[in-house]
Amino acid sequence: MIPQPGTPQPVLEVRNLVKHFPVRGRGLARRRAGEVHAVCDVSFDLYPQETLGLVGESGCGKTTTARVLLNLQPATAGHVHYQGTELTQLSSKAMRRLRRELQIVFQDPYAALDPRLPVNEIIAEPLRIHGLYSPSGREDVRELLRLVGLTPEHGNRFPHEFSGGQRQRIGIARALALRPKVLVLDEPVSALDVSIQAGVLNLLADLQARLGLSYLFVSHDLSVVRHIADRVAVMYLGRIVEVATADELFSAPAHPYTQALISAIPLPDPRKERARERIILTGDVANPANPPSGCRFRTRCPLFAAHLTDAQRHRCAEEVPPLITHHHPTACHYTELSTLPALSGLSVATGDDLPRCARAMRGRERG
Amino acid sequence: MTSPGTPVLEVADLRVEFRTDEGRVQAVRGVSFQLNRGEVLGIVGESGSGKSVTSLAMMGLLAGSARVSGSVRLHGTELLGASDKALSRVRGQSIAMIFQDPMTSLNPVYPIGYQVAEAIRAHHDVSRDAAAKQAVQLLDAVSIPNPAQRVDNYPHELSGGMRQRVVIAIAMANSPEVIIADEPTTALDVTVQAQILDALRTAKDQTGAAMLLITHDLGVIAGQADRVLVMYAGRVVEAGTVEEIFYAPRMPYTLGLLGSQPRLDMRRQRLHPISGAPPSALNLPSGCPFAPRCPLAAPVCEAEEPPLTGAGGHLSACHFSDQLVGLEPADLFRPVSQDTTL
Repeated sequence: MIPQPGTPQPVLEVRNLVKHFPVRGRGLARRRAGEVHAVCDVSFDLYPQETLGLVGESGCGKTTTARVLLNLQPATAGHVHYQGTELTQLSSKAMRRLRRELQIVFQDPYAALDPRLPVNEIIAEPLRIHGLYSPSGREDVRELLRLVGLTPEHGNRFPHEFSGGQRQRIGIARALALRPKVLVLDEPVSALDVSIQAGVLNLLADLQARLGLSYLFVSHDLSVVRHIADRVAVMYLGRIVEVATADELFSAPAHPYTQALISAIPLPDPRKERARERIILTGDVANPANPPSGCRFRTRCPLFAAHLTDAQRHRCAEEVPPLITHHHPTACHYTELSTLPALSGLSVATGDDLPRCARAMRGRERG
Repeated sequence: MTSPGTPVLEVADLRVEFRTDEGRVQAVRGVSFQLNRGEVLGIVGESGSGKSVTSLAMMGLLAGSARVSGSVRLHGTELLGASDKALSRVRGQSIAMIFQDPMTSLNPVYPIGYQVAEAIRAHHDVSRDAAAKQAVQLLDAVSIPNPAQRVDNYPHELSGGMRQRVVIAIAMANSPEVIIADEPTTALDVTVQAQILDALRTAKDQTGAAMLLITHDLGVIAGQADRVLVMYAGRVVEAGTVEEIFYAPRMPYTLGLLGSQPRLDMRRQRLHPISGAPPSALNLPSGCPFAPRCPLAAPVCEAEEPPLTGAGGHLSACHFSDQLVGLEPADLFRPVSQDTTL
């Protein structure tokens, strides 16, 4: 499923997408006080039948990217091509027709379902809106319930009668009602307990294989993304910093942020977890209303802090590192200086005189 | 439990019941454990398993509608039923708590330095100046940059991670014997979580406190805990060292949790979910509460709730613990479930 050169055209092409939100001042006039740069120059492709993971921490712009590309919020600039149609300029009427093919599943299965409608009606609603609720509509709804692992008898109940995992299945059934080609999944399992989450993840994998769907899987949970995604795009403060296949990203992350992110995820395995060398980032994510110049990660970058010359740092501060579109795009000027050992080959770092991140890096150079 | 070490805190047969309009909710149903000096005891469980209610009940922090019974002893002194005045001397002094949401545990109208100093002055007769100086040192210990300037900041001026550091500094203030951390990193991003786990380590090492670490995150437990309690439907269903729990679980629920967890160090493979959902605390099934979801369930499981038993400190509440020896999650929880009958 991982696209090779010369394989099909992408279903969705996102180019230089930008979304700024105005920040208004206090007082009656509510004058514009600035702008939050939520999404900044984001480009990626989504291929047929693949799962692209879009990961990052809270506030990095991953959900906004998902919403803007579905035209749920207007883009400030940039383009989204869906099979030859430019979405950003479409009228809402024209967009509505395309919504059959581009659907979304939301994070919170409690808020996403109308509490006053029985499940049958929730799932039938998109069919009715698009004039597709035929005489066989009832049977279509029953089939959708079966498809997501519920039974047709569930259709007469109301959302509050279901557990979180079941509600998320209802949300998925509704998204599938119009037989979409692309499904945007915005943190679809984040609200679920782990024993329930596993069932929904398996269901998503089955549905993709059966229906040939493309998924844009937005999540902050890298373990889940590792599990479900073919390729992964990592966002930091509105920009994509790295794109790679899941195998490459997790075994050889190239960007210092991706390396720190992966090293911070705890493994549910005591021996491995305790043997790991961790890159602990200092500080917090910068304010998106006033992002750092040049590379937005430099204020927390262990490479910038400990391993670059002044001239190199100057470049980080002045020049935005481009996401070069080769086979493993990475937005870092000095990515060659920054290679983390693969998860399996944990570095044995010593030398207590060095700060932690430096120790990790030294271990890397040796290993 | 026969694990070595001196018990600091002993909890015996703790029960918590809420009376609601819909009936009795049995949130905690007979939880017993001991916390030894210097150890980290992890409590892991999914939402509604009773792990947070257990910690709140221990500290006498539940609302009046809760009926709490059993025993919680700190160095032999009973805390359950103690007067509010007596408990005030214990809270923050001998037992400190760290909650999930640092915004709600800090007071928004006071600077953070004042709040740390307040915690010191609540239990020690020291001058304002001395307490303020100590506050700076504590904030420094949890790696708040420029603590001497930051003491004047209000909570809203800090990020979530910084706020949680302040809460940890307050917890450290009186060198408590026990630190209860209830989902201390759940509201935080993963890179910040790593920082906070580091700060918690520091707090524990500097104060020599024993720690009760409550979380739903198996990864955090794997990295931090010495011993682990697994909770389900208000009971401890398995207890053991972290190695026993992760490498030789004796309760199907524990095995199921491990099999459901997607892992960063494994390529994509099929997960092995537990079918069904946890029971409602309003309406628990008779017998073993896990039986309706358990692939091993037999008539005896529905008839009789298994006690928490075992040898050498590794305890489990299952009639068929012996059958789990050497099993992998995939052996028990078949990926072929309702989900895959497509």
